Amino acid sequence: MGFVPTLLDGDMVLAESSAIILYLDDKYPQHPLLPHDLKKRAINYQAANIISSTIQPTLRIPILAYIRDNIGPDERITWVHKHIGKGFAALEILVKDHAGKYATGDDICLVDVLLAPQIIGTLERYNFDISNYPLLSRLSESYKQVPAIRNALPENQPDFPKELKGIILIRIY
Amino acid sequence: MTSKLQLYSFFMSSCSFRVRIALNLKGLDYEYKAINLFKNEQSHPEYLKMNPIGYVPALVDGDIVLADSFAIILYLEEKHPQHPLLPRDLAKKAINYQVANIVASSIQPLLALPVMNYIGENVGEDAKIQWVYKHAAKGFAAALEILLKDHAGKYATGDEIYLADLFLAPQIISLKERFNFDMSDYPLLSRLCEAYKQVPAIQKALPENQPDFPSTEGKI
Repeated sequence: MGFVPTLLDGDMVLAESSAIILYLDDKYPQHPLLPHDLKKRAINYQAANIISSTIQPTLRIPILAYIRDNIGPDERITWVHKHIGKGFAALEILVKDHAGKYATGDDICLVDVLLAPQIIGTLERYNFDISNYPLLSRLSESYKQVPAIRNALPENQPDFPKELKGIILIRIY
Repeated sequence: MTSKLQLYSFFMSSCSFRVRIALNLKGLDYEYKAINLFKNEQSHPEYLKMNPIGYVPALVDGDIVLADSFAIILYLEEKHPQHPLLPRDLAKKAINYQVANIVASSIQPLLALPVMNYIGENVGEDAKIQWVYKHAAKGFAAALEILLKDHAGKYATGDEIYLADLFLAPQIISLKERFNFDMSDYPLLSRLCEAYKQVPAIQKALPENQPDFPSTEGKI
């Protein structure tokens, strides 16, 4: 099916990042990604889905290409800003009463795992200013300090082209 | 004394449909509170006061208010273990998450009202169906046919109804009925669709069986 990312674990082939993350959390209990408290867990699931179901789908290349070809190239930025903005506004409200050092407390949870990649290195691509979202801005700074997140950054992956380090790779074309 | 569950729902919303199936399977009684997405009732101050992010469906359980169908279903699953919606086997469970996510992230958001309205207004009414077929249905259906081939039994991931079915049933039924999507190229999905229509909990959750389904037949 050509999905990326895909996890291979023995015989098991699994795609969809949320599914992979939940599978890993079930199978490897160290550093749990979901709080025990039912309400806090629910906040994590909600926030994770705001990202994976309302923001992320609207940023897909085929969607942006469709908008470029059928409406106009400049319309893409408007579309992207609208959807990121709507999602971020919802996130600010949702986690407002629960945030600590990270989105739902002082431990990194599911929502942080999805939110960090949505913020770090992505927003510049769309010229999106996060400063209107104070909580998310603060979380962004916290995420940049986390070794597990830094190790996962695109520029620290084996397939990142060395000569492009420091250059913003992809803009909406 | 525990108060009754309340579900804020729109008859046509596939996300609401998912939660209705879950509630029915678990035998949970609830009060149906209609939110009309065509009339933008999810943006009304009274709704936003209760549910600040304004999403539909939303579940009210005492003083807990939850939105997002996946979050609601997992909350119900953890609180009411009867008729489990996730298999115990980790690999099977993970496939359920994958299917739910494919539906919730790759297809449903592209068929949602705001996007369809956007396409209609900016490209044209005729473009909507092409949009649905090209961007949503084809990839979704093809990917799921392949993925489920190794896992399906009577239902998507075996002989019991699980999370994957809760997400698939509303989507397949909606594609067929609302968008006239031709399922004949997708034999497994077609078979599942027929199986779903026989399930009482799913029948009871169908859009046409909801209190807010328009009583006169008319094009939506």
